[in-house]
Parts: sequence; structure tokens; C-alpha cells
Amino acid sequence: MCGSDKKLGEIRALILVGGYGTRLRPLTLSRPKPLVEFANKPILMHQIEALVDAGVTQVILAVSYRAEEMEKELTEEVSKLGVSLTFSHETEPLGTAGPLALARELLSTSPEPFFVLNSDVICDFPFKELAKFHRSHGKEGTIVVTKVKEPSKYGVVVYKEGGEIESFIEKPQEFISNKINAGMYILNPSVLNRIELRPMSIEKEVFPFMAKDGELYAMELEGFWMDVGQPKDFLTGMCLYLNSLRQKNSNMLYEGDCVVGNVIIDPTATIGKGCRIGPNVTIGPNVVIEDGACIKRSTILRGACVRQHAWLEGCIVGWKSVVGRWVRMENTTVLGEDVIVKDELYINGGQVLPHKSIALSVPEPQIIM
Amino acid sequence: MLKAVILIGGPQKGTRFRPLSLDTPKPLFPIAGLPLIQHHIAACTKLADCKEILIIGSYTTTTMAPFISEMQKEYHIIIRYLQEFTPLGTGGGLYHFRDQIRAGNPSAFFLLNGDVCADFPLKELWEFHEERPNALVTIMGTEATRQQSVHYGCMVRELSTNAVTHYVEKPNSYISTLINCGVYVCSLQVFHTMADAFQRKQDGFYNGNGQGHPGYMSWEQDVLAPLAGTNKLYANQVSNWWSQVKTAGSAIYANRHYLELYRERLTHAPCNIIPDVYIHPTAVVDSTAVIGPNVSIGAGVRVKAGVRIKESIILNNATIQEHALVMHSVVGQDASVGEWSRVEGTPSDPDPNKPFAKMDNTPLFNNDGRLNPSITILGAGVVVPPETILLNSIVLPHKHLTRSFKHEIIL
Repeated sequence: MCGSDKKLGEIRALILVGGYGTRLRPLTLSRPKPLVEFANKPILMHQIEALVDAGVTQVILAVSYRAEEMEKELTEEVSKLGVSLTFSHETEPLGTAGPLALARELLSTSPEPFFVLNSDVICDFPFKELAKFHRSHGKEGTIVVTKVKEPSKYGVVVYKEGGEIESFIEKPQEFISNKINAGMYILNPSVLNRIELRPMSIEKEVFPFMAKDGELYAMELEGFWMDVGQPKDFLTGMCLYLNSLRQKNSNMLYEGDCVVGNVIIDPTATIGKGCRIGPNVTIGPNVVIEDGACIKRSTILRGACVRQHAWLEGCIVGWKSVVGRWVRMENTTVLGEDVIVKDELYINGGQVLPHKSIALSVPEPQIIM
Repeated sequence: MLKAVILIGGPQKGTRFRPLSLDTPKPLFPIAGLPLIQHHIAACTKLADCKEILIIGSYTTTTMAPFISEMQKEYHIIIRYLQEFTPLGTGGGLYHFRDQIRAGNPSAFFLLNGDVCADFPLKELWEFHEERPNALVTIMGTEATRQQSVHYGCMVRELSTNAVTHYVEKPNSYISTLINCGVYVCSLQVFHTMADAFQRKQDGFYNGNGQGHPGYMSWEQDVLAPLAGTNKLYANQVSNWWSQVKTAGSAIYANRHYLELYRERLTHAPCNIIPDVYIHPTAVVDSTAVIGPNVSIGAGVRVKAGVRIKESIILNNATIQEHALVMHSVVGQDASVGEWSRVEGTPSDPDPNKPFAKMDNTPLFNNDGRLNPSITILGAGVVVPPETILLNSIVLPHKHLTRSFKHEIIL
């Protein structure tokens, strides 16, 4: 599998895992963010598999927190893919560029370019095309850009027809471009000369200078893209991902009497009678959905239980949590690990910390400590 | 021989009971499966001496006729409806029909306000009254909290004789925690007192300060208050359950207590029942539904698979679709709740931590103009679509909703 594309040779990738993943709390209180399952697979595994597919043989994880936990869980999983995993441990947060300097030795062992990606991104990963495009223009770096509806919230990228980047503009007031940095790059080792071992932003302190030198190109992403670092976007990203599966790999989707639209159900999960699951639902291993439950636009994580006649829309149900009978949950409700929601309650936009037992309705969005 | 008089008012009254009273006259609104005033009738018929029940109000005879004939059939007793030609007040109507009440020379008559519910201790009241030959009126009294007492008729009595020495209707300041329950035993001589009161009212009306109708008279203010301190008015304090039925929210509270009184009634359990529950024999309830506590289900209602209902009244021919949840709500006649929908209100029960606390009949809106949380009410024929939530809302009859609503009145 790997190495079949000999032209790519030994390719390395660095994934910026970073800090605490506070935006995806309460899930990240129980598991490091890269290990939280997105569509029944840890977020990081989506990225590693795509990298392996593009011929990457060494993945470096830049982590500042909970490295042991990730190492334990990922090493075995990743070795099956025939790729080596190295942890580059930051003793202090180094931003988005600093970790490259920390991993300098690993990244500069060969003159081949390496991939860099943010760990929160889910899309149809375009690594092969990226490598190909990068070689075709021969400059120091290429970044992937994606089109967004509301560019004013982001920094936009302005580039010429052939892809040569002219400038980056932070949160533009007037429309300039609808292309933003998608958080995936391929860089030549020479870029390391532009980076120091200190907290440093690749977006602000590296890329603008490369652009000025005419050394940075943009490649436009085909298909969907989502930063799934917070619950609302996690669910939106899940919908986009499932829709993409429908088009490219529809045999991964579950088909059955009680299913509507795009749904993934782990084979070890059990679904009761008279349920309606979907559209846009993922159900993890050992999950139990009892009779007469209705679930839409939600992720149910491993070992959770949704009891009879419950109705869920726009929810993430954490590992081993139990949603009681006739419960209604909606509006980006997130249950942490091992939460119990008692029968007949209404939870509207609740963010519930792990190991809580909820006995009263939450009619307005609220964090439950 | 005894008689009973039930005062039910008219369509102009009981507006706080809307929208429930838009479809059914409030006195006929079913609580625990029976029209509100049928509970009064049932209590009266338990006394063998009670030979006739007169219902006085200003609803049209056609509105009341089917109910009256049904009651006659059921209780084998004379029951008549006397329609006031115009609302004459609680005393005026009674006085207007005095000959009908006096006919046959009963020893006394019970007088019951239609808008209360209680475990009526009529036998006890009658015995109390009989023991006091000079009593014209005996009032059923109950203990209230100091704070809430001022919303009722307040009485001060002499403890040794139970004679009422002072009576004020809805005082501005605290008088007494003993309040008038709107249930009385009256001797026929009370009509002499009423004649005097009526004369005073007439004199006042024609001497230039005439307002409203010359026949208008308030039982409480024009009859009871002047009787206080004359040794003709007595209070019998009881501890039976009692409540007013003013707002729609009080219907659920009254439902619970009447269900408790009639506990033995439900003989078959069509599904998992958490007592107390009343289910009309013609209702069709799926065996997987879970119902109770405090639920009344009317005739022809359909409750589908996996439905959960608690603390609610479901009126005739309504349909609750699969997996729906209904709690602290009234679902109107022919209304429909869609599958996986949630219809939920906020209970307005008396504070359980305060002894003698009564229902707070809170107004619909608070001082900020916001809707006070209350039970959810679906008017007749309302359709709630599948998978929606209706929280603390009031939906007027025949509205077909298309989305969720919270804290709203939907016209």
C-alpha cells in the first residue's frame, strides 16, 4: 500500500495536536481531542489514514499534553497501517510554528518536503494532489485553501491565477476573497530556516514572509471541509462527511428499516424496534438504542444507551452515557462520559460534564458542572 | 327534607379559565372524568334527605339541558336549571328564585359555589347547622396562610360558639386565617334578611347612586357581612381538602384530588398505570403506554404505542400519537399531539412546604409583561406536529401548529 507511489519516496508528516482541546469540552475532559471518535474513528486516525494513503511513512505528533494516553492508544493502531509514529513533546505551548522547530531533526533528515496539518480538520484529504502540485511549482511551500461562505470571520488568502500567494488579510471588513487557510500544508525542509524554537505562529510569522518572497502557493480544496474543534462544527462536519461517504463509499453507510438518510452504525450496536435513526447519525460500538427512540443529526459514542421513546436532535452523547426514556435533547447538547439523564427530561443545549446524573430539565442552554 | 342550590355564574364569568372555557362552559369542564359541578351533585345526592338540586346561572338553557337530563338519569333526583335573565350577582340570583327554593318547605338548603372543588362534608355541615337553631347560615370554613387569606372571605368567630363576629370579603389587610369556602347551609329565614338587604339596595339604586341592575346583590357583601355579629351566622371549620377552581392551572390540581377521592373507580388497567388515573371506558389506550400519576382521559381518546402521560387532562376524542410525552397539560377535545412530540407545562400547585397553602391564582402575565409559567393548554382541535416541543404555552382552539413554541400564547 504505502510506497506504491515511489515518486513520493520517504515522506513525513507533522500533525499539530497541541493543547487541551477546551473547545470540545466536555468530551475532551475524558479523552484527548485527537482520540475523540468522529464517525466512529478517532479524529486523528482519519488524518493518519489519509496520509498513509498518500505514501507517508513517518507521522510526527506535536503534543503538549496527555502524550502517554495517545501513545498507548495510537501506537498499535498506527503500526497496523505500516507507518511509524513519533511524539514530539512540547514542554510549553509553541503555537503553530514552534513545533516544527522542535522537530527540526526529524524533519530535516531528508530533502523531501513534509506535510503539516492541524488536528481539527476533517475533509476529503488531498495529500497526493498537494504533493504533486507542490512539485509542479517548485517553491518552498504550498497551503491548501478552502472556500467559505462568510470569510469575514477568518483570515483570507489572496493569490494569483497559478496559485502564487500575494497576501493574507485577517478578518476583512470588505469582501476580498472567500478562500481561507484550510490548515494543511506541504513544506520543503528549507522552511525550517524561517522558524525559531519559541512560541510562534506559522500563519502570522512565517507564511506572510514566504508569500513576500514568492515562495508560497495555494491549492484549492475540492469537496467539503470543516474544523471540527467545537461541538456545533463537529456535528456539521459529521453531516458533510456522511454526505461525502454517500457519494464515494456508500457501502459504509447503514441501510435498514429504521434508518433515514446517511447513517453509520457500528456492527456491535443494537437498535430496538420502532426506532427512527437519521438522517446524519453515527452510532458507536456497543451502543444500545432501545425501542421507539428517534435520533437525528447526532453522534452516539461507544457504550452509550438511548432508552425507549427518547428524541434526540443535534446531540453528542458521550461514552457510556444513558439517556432516559421520553427524554428530549436538542440544540447541540453534549453529554460527557458516563452522564445519566433521568427519564422524561428536556435538555436544550446542555453541556454536561462527565459522571453527572441529571434529574431536572435544562430548558435553556447551560453548562452543567 | 333538604335542597341544594349550586351557583354557576355565566359565560361572562370564569374568564381566567380560558381557553378551556371557550369550548366547554366552565361548570361542565371535566375534572377526574366528571363535569366540575357533577362533583357537587354527587356529594348532595349522598344525603338521602336531599330531594332537589337547583342550579342557578346565566348560561342558556340549551347549553345546560343535555347535562341536566343526564344528571337526572344518573342520580334519580330532581335537578333543575334556573336561568337568570341577567347576571344578578351571587345574592341576586338566589333571591330572584327564592320561591323555587322555598317550595315544599325544606328544613334548610345547601348553597354551593360552582367554582370550588372539595371533599364536601355536607352531612357534617348539616348536623352543625341543625344543632344551632338560631343559625340562618353556616359557612364551611378552612384555614389559609396569613398571606393568602386576604384573597378570600375572612371570618372571625367566637371560639366557644363558632358564631361569626366579623366578616370581610377580600380584605385589604389581614383579618383572620379562617376563610369562607363558598359552601353553606342556609335556613329559609335567610330570605327575610335578603329581603331587607334587597330593599336597601333598591333604595340606594333609586336615590340616585343607581348603577348596574337594581336586582344586583352580592351574597357575601350584602348578606353575609351584615349578618356577622348577630349570632345568626356560624362557621364550621373543617380540614377536608378544598380548593377554588379559578385558573386553568387549578384544573390539574383539582383533578389530582378528585382522583384520589374516587380511587377505587378504575377497575381495568389497559397499560402500565401509575395511580391515580381515570380512563373513560371508550378510550383506546395502547398496552405499551405509561399513564399517571394524576391523569384523566376522556371518551373516545386514542393513546398510541409508547406514549407517556402524567399530571394531565386529555379531553374527549383527542389523539396522542406514538412516543409522545404529555405532562402538566390539558389537551383539548379532538386535538392531536404528533409522534415524538413533547407537550409540557409547569405545575402551579400550592406550596407543599407551607401548611394550609392554597393555589396561587397567578395572572397570565407577570409585571414585566412576560407570560407566567403555567400548565400547557391545547384548545379544541389543535394539531401539534410530530417531533416538536410545546413548553408552557397556551394554544387557542383549532390552531394547526407548524413548529415548536415555548412560553407563548398562540392565537
